[in-house]
Amino acid sequence: MANKTVVLSGTISGARLVASREIRDQLRDWRILSPILVMTLFFPLLMNFTAEQAMGFVGRYGASIVGDRLIPFLLMVVGFFPISISLVIALESFAGERERLSLEPLLATPLTDGQLYLGKMLASVLLPLLAAFSGIFVYLGGLYLRLGWIPPGQLLLQVLLLTFAQAVVMVSGAVVISSQATSVRAANLLASFVIMPVSQLIIAESLIMFWGRYDVLWLILLALFLISIVLGRMGLHLFHRETLLGREIDVLNLQWTFRHFKREFIRGSANVIDWYRDLFRYSLRSLRSPVIITLIVFIAAYVLGDLTAARFRIPSEAFQFDRLNETLESEFAQLGWMSSKGWTWILSTNIRALGLATLFGIFSFGIMGEILLMLPIAIIGYFAGNLGLAGQNAAHFLIALVLPHAILEIPAAILIGGAILQLGMTIMSPPKGSTLGESWITALAEWARISVGLVLPLMVGAAILETYVTPRIALMMLSG
Amino acid sequence: MTGPSCYNPQNSMTILIETFDLSKSFGDFHAVEGVTLQVEAGEVLALLGPNGAGKTTTIRMLASILTPTRGWAKIAGFDVVQDPVGVRSSIGMLTEHHGLYTRMRAHEYLEFFGQIYGFTLADTRDRIEDLLTLLELQGESSRRLGEFSKGMRQKLALARTLLHDPPILLLDEPTSAMDPSSAKIVRESIFGLRSSKRAIVVCTHNLTEAEILADRIAIIQDGKIVAHGTPEELKLSILGHPIMQVELATPLNGAKPALPDQVKILQYGSNWIRYEVANPKEMNPKVIEMLSISGFSVVTLTRVGQNLEEVYLRIVRDNPLRTEFP
Repeated sequence: MANKTVVLSGTISGARLVASREIRDQLRDWRILSPILVMTLFFPLLMNFTAEQAMGFVGRYGASIVGDRLIPFLLMVVGFFPISISLVIALESFAGERERLSLEPLLATPLTDGQLYLGKMLASVLLPLLAAFSGIFVYLGGLYLRLGWIPPGQLLLQVLLLTFAQAVVMVSGAVVISSQATSVRAANLLASFVIMPVSQLIIAESLIMFWGRYDVLWLILLALFLISIVLGRMGLHLFHRETLLGREIDVLNLQWTFRHFKREFIRGSANVIDWYRDLFRYSLRSLRSPVIITLIVFIAAYVLGDLTAARFRIPSEAFQFDRLNETLESEFAQLGWMSSKGWTWILSTNIRALGLATLFGIFSFGIMGEILLMLPIAIIGYFAGNLGLAGQNAAHFLIALVLPHAILEIPAAILIGGAILQLGMTIMSPPKGSTLGESWITALAEWARISVGLVLPLMVGAAILETYVTPRIALMMLSG
Repeated sequence: MTGPSCYNPQNSMTILIETFDLSKSFGDFHAVEGVTLQVEAGEVLALLGPNGAGKTTTIRMLASILTPTRGWAKIAGFDVVQDPVGVRSSIGMLTEHHGLYTRMRAHEYLEFFGQIYGFTLADTRDRIEDLLTLLELQGESSRRLGEFSKGMRQKLALARTLLHDPPILLLDEPTSAMDPSSAKIVRESIFGLRSSKRAIVVCTHNLTEAEILADRIAIIQDGKIVAHGTPEELKLSILGHPIMQVELATPLNGAKPALPDQVKILQYGSNWIRYEVANPKEMNPKVIEMLSISGFSVVTLTRVGQNLEEVYLRIVRDNPLRTEFP
């Protein structure tokens, strides 16, 4: 028999084995089956009744548009409810199996991590999706029979794809959560990180549907697919034997966290000079890719702002600079420029903005942080575009109003943007051999090194320049 | 799944498990440190140690489930880091907790694992029948695993382990938390698995189990192997030569008995003598013969005190020391 043993070929066959066992197990569990059956058969019929009643009611008051918008919305709801079970199944499949100690025998087989992951993903998604699609068609059948309503092809496709994408996002999120929890209880507590954004998404989708902007749903779909790719990749990265069996405790160890952060922040430097040397040699080098990405993003933001100017033009009259005269200096002074109060205010505002960008970046794989940092660049691009359209020399104004302090401020923004991106991306794919927590603390320490060592001094310099130098250059160049 | 299938017994390889300086750390915690072992085909090695000593971590590294932080291990010639699929195809691992899917029937469960190892359903079914007979579970194949007793569950888990007839068995606490009769059944089943083509590693903190099952014992403490050898070697090394006690039918009447020179009399009483002997197999018959010549009939001859428990406690509790036998 041992000689006959052949290793399964291809990831799919192994994944299919895992999935089929789990699905068979689900079909024997009444706690999973009964809600699925209710959601598939009873709930769509209830929605049929609701739609019929609502149509009748709003029709009596001549507000048939409300009914017209309600029916597609209910279509989406009918699809969403069964797939919400996929989250529970996924938590059971990943965290539950670990808790019941049935995972280790599976890990000792030749199945690869990828096969196990894919198999469990399929098992978590298939049954709820089947229920959701069945529910949608039960609902549509009922609507056709009661109201003669047939959905537009595009809408039906959108709802089916949205349902699918939401299920994949929820299951991928559940895998990530399960990898950080040793019990179903802990996983359920962490599940709010999936439930809350998804429920917000459903609210947003509802508003869009009531608004009748079905084209926006394509953008949501695109975003969902991107998120599911990111989460899927993250899940695949986290679902490996080492993490699954290496993690035994859920206790937050603040002492260890602080020690690890401190170690990664100092990185064995004996003094400040040593530390700066390491910052330039190690941190800046490791930050190269995210910094390049941030630079590209900033250039794109400027171009985008410039292009937007043509679409949303500011009237040319707004750019009459011949009124600039000697009073400009006193106006600058009123704004706090050219005084110590001014530069501390600018610095604190910039630091708060960077803090906010970091916070957003942490929860969005760095993306929202980048977007927030893009905004001022896009605004500059927009004004420069408008200046050009008004027949002014945009470069002249940029040199006068932006460049003096931007010389320091933009490199600082690019550096912090890179650090935020790296911090956000670490969650997505922690380096091999490190836990998610470990690699995140390391990335946070890197972010802190860049912030304290480079960004903060650059920002202080930029604030001082913006307060004392930029206004003078502006006065010199613009007041003629 | 790619990579080589099971271990090829035609290879002229006798060392089936080989580790060098195998170590594993979780952050600052060193779970296993510098474990160097060799287990040959036909041999049973018991990893003996208290809870948390690093036995399970060692087994998990040998099964390519955990990656060593230092050192290396080869299983049936496959490196645990370079070729995890090869390693896992060559091992059967019995985990401390049976880890069965309780909603499944016994045959479904084994069929599932059989398919994972690449067997056809027909082949798996034949094998399942053989294994269930071997483990005295015939007639139970259609029962749900949730209905099985603890001993039956562990035996079924053992069947899962043997399904692909692996050359290496890694058994992690096979009888822990079992009642004595279930433990005995499982222990007997494991004893029956000894084969000249197979290497078995049993992790246990049960000394009787280790003594019954193992050819060699490695005592592990705080992640390090602190003693290693056959049970006899360990006893000799830690406790000295065997001590025997002979009970006589007639009293000595205060006279010091005459025994062979190679025997060292430690104590004697009215009708008993306690002596230390380097080679009991050779010397005990001579002792009996000499006593008989001297007119003393021997009622009993027993070995005193020197059991594995004493060795273990001496090493683990009293005085951690490193003793190795090649």
